[in-house]
Amino acid sequence: MTKAPIIARRELSSYFYSPIAYVAMTLFLLATGFLFWSDFQPGQIAAMRSLFEWMVWLLVFVIPVLCMGLMAQEWATGTVETLMTAPLSETDVILGKFLGSFAFFMVLLLPTLVYVALLGMYSRPGFDYGPIFSGYVGIILVGALFIAIGLFCSSLTKSQVVAAVAAAAILFVVTIVPKWASEKATLPRFWRGVADQLVFRRYADFSRGVLDTGHLVFFIAATAVFLFLSVKVLESRRWK
Amino acid sequence: MHGGNGVISVSQLTKVFGQTLAVDRISFDVAEGQIVGFLGPNGAGKSTTLRMLTCYLPPTSGTATVGGFDIFHQSQAVRQKVGYLPESCPLYTEMKVEEYLDFRGQLRGLDREQRKQRIGYVLDRCWLTNVRRRMIGHLSKGYRQRVGLADSLLHNPPVLILDEPTIGLDPTQIRETRKLIKELGGKHTVILSTHILPEVEAVCDRAIVIAGGRIVAQGTPDELRASRRMQARVLVECKAPAEELQMALQRVSGVREVEVMPDGSGDKHYVVAALRAKDGYDVREEAARTVIQHGWPLREVRLEHATLEEFFVQVTANQAMATVEGGAA
Repeated sequence: MTKAPIIARRELSSYFYSPIAYVAMTLFLLATGFLFWSDFQPGQIAAMRSLFEWMVWLLVFVIPVLCMGLMAQEWATGTVETLMTAPLSETDVILGKFLGSFAFFMVLLLPTLVYVALLGMYSRPGFDYGPIFSGYVGIILVGALFIAIGLFCSSLTKSQVVAAVAAAAILFVVTIVPKWASEKATLPRFWRGVADQLVFRRYADFSRGVLDTGHLVFFIAATAVFLFLSVKVLESRRWK
Repeated sequence: MHGGNGVISVSQLTKVFGQTLAVDRISFDVAEGQIVGFLGPNGAGKSTTLRMLTCYLPPTSGTATVGGFDIFHQSQAVRQKVGYLPESCPLYTEMKVEEYLDFRGQLRGLDREQRKQRIGYVLDRCWLTNVRRRMIGHLSKGYRQRVGLADSLLHNPPVLILDEPTIGLDPTQIRETRKLIKELGGKHTVILSTHILPEVEAVCDRAIVIAGGRIVAQGTPDELRASRRMQARVLVECKAPAEELQMALQRVSGVREVEVMPDGSGDKHYVVAALRAKDGYDVREEAARTVIQHGWPLREVRLEHATLEEFFVQVTANQAMATVEGGAA
């Protein structure tokens, strides 16, 4: 039986002892609250599309901070030695860390359901829940991928700062750069094609209300790849 | 297959990091219930060996079994059998003592009832009951070390591997910890590493001296003590002409060699004579009497034990000689 849930539970509860997690959470909720408020005006369309698109921007910076300590701290303090001499596998550890962070991410998203409730209460006539549902599916998938990337970066180094900067850089390149690029009309077709394959364009479809199987597969597969790489990094101490 | 049938059986274990040979073909056996001290200067390969035995690092070559399981091929089974206290005792500082032990118990696969019972036992055994609800990060070094020790005992493992269990503790805590380890022997097979010679003499049934990645000596604490006594010197500080003093002390029965040096304090009239005794002799009383009889003012007579460095030098030299003699025979 896998011991990942034991690791996940410890990881989730350790977030609630860490000031950085609270800071990240506060900033995320302040920013989404402000964005929602600026859209939530009489005469506006009752939708959360722009909010979902902004959320990805926020996650590019919030998730690296949430994930930076996952493995880096284990390396720095040496606690990894107590983990890897207990009867459990590298996969248990990585999967557990991932699930713990993912659970915290869900906690982070939970308060945003208030916005959905507010839309439901005040929009006249009623509004379409479809795009909001697909938007949440999208943001959850993006969050999972970002956490896997953050975990991978954290497994490479002892330094939490290095882990956070590296993760933010990768997320920036796969998310924000393609968005800018795709807005440039002069972009060569090849690079436009590359940009379309990356996170932002795929995610934009979700926030528009499109649930595309191809996108689903992309996010799940990419998440799995980074988790797999993290397991290999953790195993690599044995190859030296 | 291994030659030995001990609880721990190590055969030709070797670890290479890049270009560095950290552990060089070491072999030994540990019988059930024994407490074995791994003694050596820093960087001798103690921690690396222990990390291989606990399955944290795989060996470059050679094999070892712990509790009958191979450390490489049956790593998960070995981990169930071993309680391990790593060097510097890493812990999750944001957890409470009890919470941490519960987490570790879950990883070890103990069910709720077993955890409750075992945590109560180890808290009591390691004098942690009064800090059970404190956060580990707020505890002193001594208490943290006990938390690490409690963790290693949690699943009642037949084998305990403790890497420098008394480092960073104050003298009272060192005494308590040694007492605890001594009590654990018999029920558990214990390997502990240390660079403190008296620790091995106080706690262990057997010592394995390791230097430069190799085993340079093995023996009971008594054997170690004997070879250490060979290295001890008696220092006599007095006001006397160097040559006369040398001759007078040379005649004291049991003295093997005398070396007279100027006094370190800068007082030109005083000298220090360093005596080496033959095995089994204590020359302090005779030496003092001799100095007094000559009417030389005597300041101090003191027994100086060999430092660990000197001890290792001697042990290594003996080893080399034994190898040469063995080869010639």
